[in-house]
Amino acid sequence: MSDHSVDSMTGDHAVDIDKHVRVYITVFVALMALTIITVAISRVHLAVPLAVTVALLVAIIKGSLVACYFMHLISEKKLIYAVLALTVSFFVALMALPVVTFFDGYWIHQ
Amino acid sequence: MDIPYTVELRRDTGLNNGKIGIWLFLASEVMLFGALFASYILIRVGAPTWPRGDTFLDVPLATLNTIVLIASSVTMVMAWASLMRRRFGTFRIYMGGTILLGLVFLVVKYFEYSHHIHLGELPSTNNFLAIYFTLTGLHGLHVVGGMAVNAYFWGPGSKLWKTNPVWFTNRVEHSGLFWHFVDLVWIFLFPTLYLL
Repeated sequence: MSDHSVDSMTGDHAVDIDKHVRVYITVFVALMALTIITVAISRVHLAVPLAVTVALLVAIIKGSLVACYFMHLISEKKLIYAVLALTVSFFVALMALPVVTFFDGYWIHQ
Repeated sequence: MDIPYTVELRRDTGLNNGKIGIWLFLASEVMLFGALFASYILIRVGAPTWPRGDTFLDVPLATLNTIVLIASSVTMVMAWASLMRRRFGTFRIYMGGTILLGLVFLVVKYFEYSHHIHLGELPSTNNFLAIYFTLTGLHGLHVVGGMAVNAYFWGPGSKLWKTNPVWFTNRVEHSGLFWHFVDLVWIFLFPTLYLL
């Protein structure tokens, strides 16, 4: 959508914008459905590891929909993807730190 | 002196500078919330027992807030789409809706917080409440910040539409990126704190 940010106001992309609006509505309905699914699954009282996996999986799907369609990441420029790739690599390292800490003692005692 | 590349695209990046700026800022925000999520994981896996979120927190209210925030993301993107269609009146309706939904989110959060405080459930009570207040408090501040910027574009900042509509549209898009990020953070906070 960044392709549209300058010249779309001339009218050539009016049809494109109409298509995007339909996508926004579809994504909204999908997000509502996934929210209901998230709450419904939590009421089943699954085992903690499975509950965490399922809840995070649904959250990742919802987050991806927001990022791809509302934040227009599905059609962005390469530089934005490069910035995000770097961010994601640091984010993964950050999330790995507590996990590594947790398993640190486990491996020592084996 | 005019700020360069607010409307025209840089040849080397193919982007206006505002968009690069907001994405770099969002990258720093990912690390800020990432550090707090990592702290949450560390505290949780290190605790001998951990309460389910719904033993302390109100899931129906949080579900309502999730719906409110997702709806506000839709109105935000529709506000931008209205500008792309050159419909300024529609933009103001959608942007006004986004601000109002943000306000609804904060009011619901106020009721949640005041209920906890009334029961004596404070950040000092236990680790769960400490991380709950820290994460939702920081997120709430982001909602307030996003609302302030959106209110500016709805009100006095909208004068730019008359003189430079493309620049104004770009600015609304950038403010929208921040607002969607705030929504995205809540999408992860909701199951993490309330449902697990």
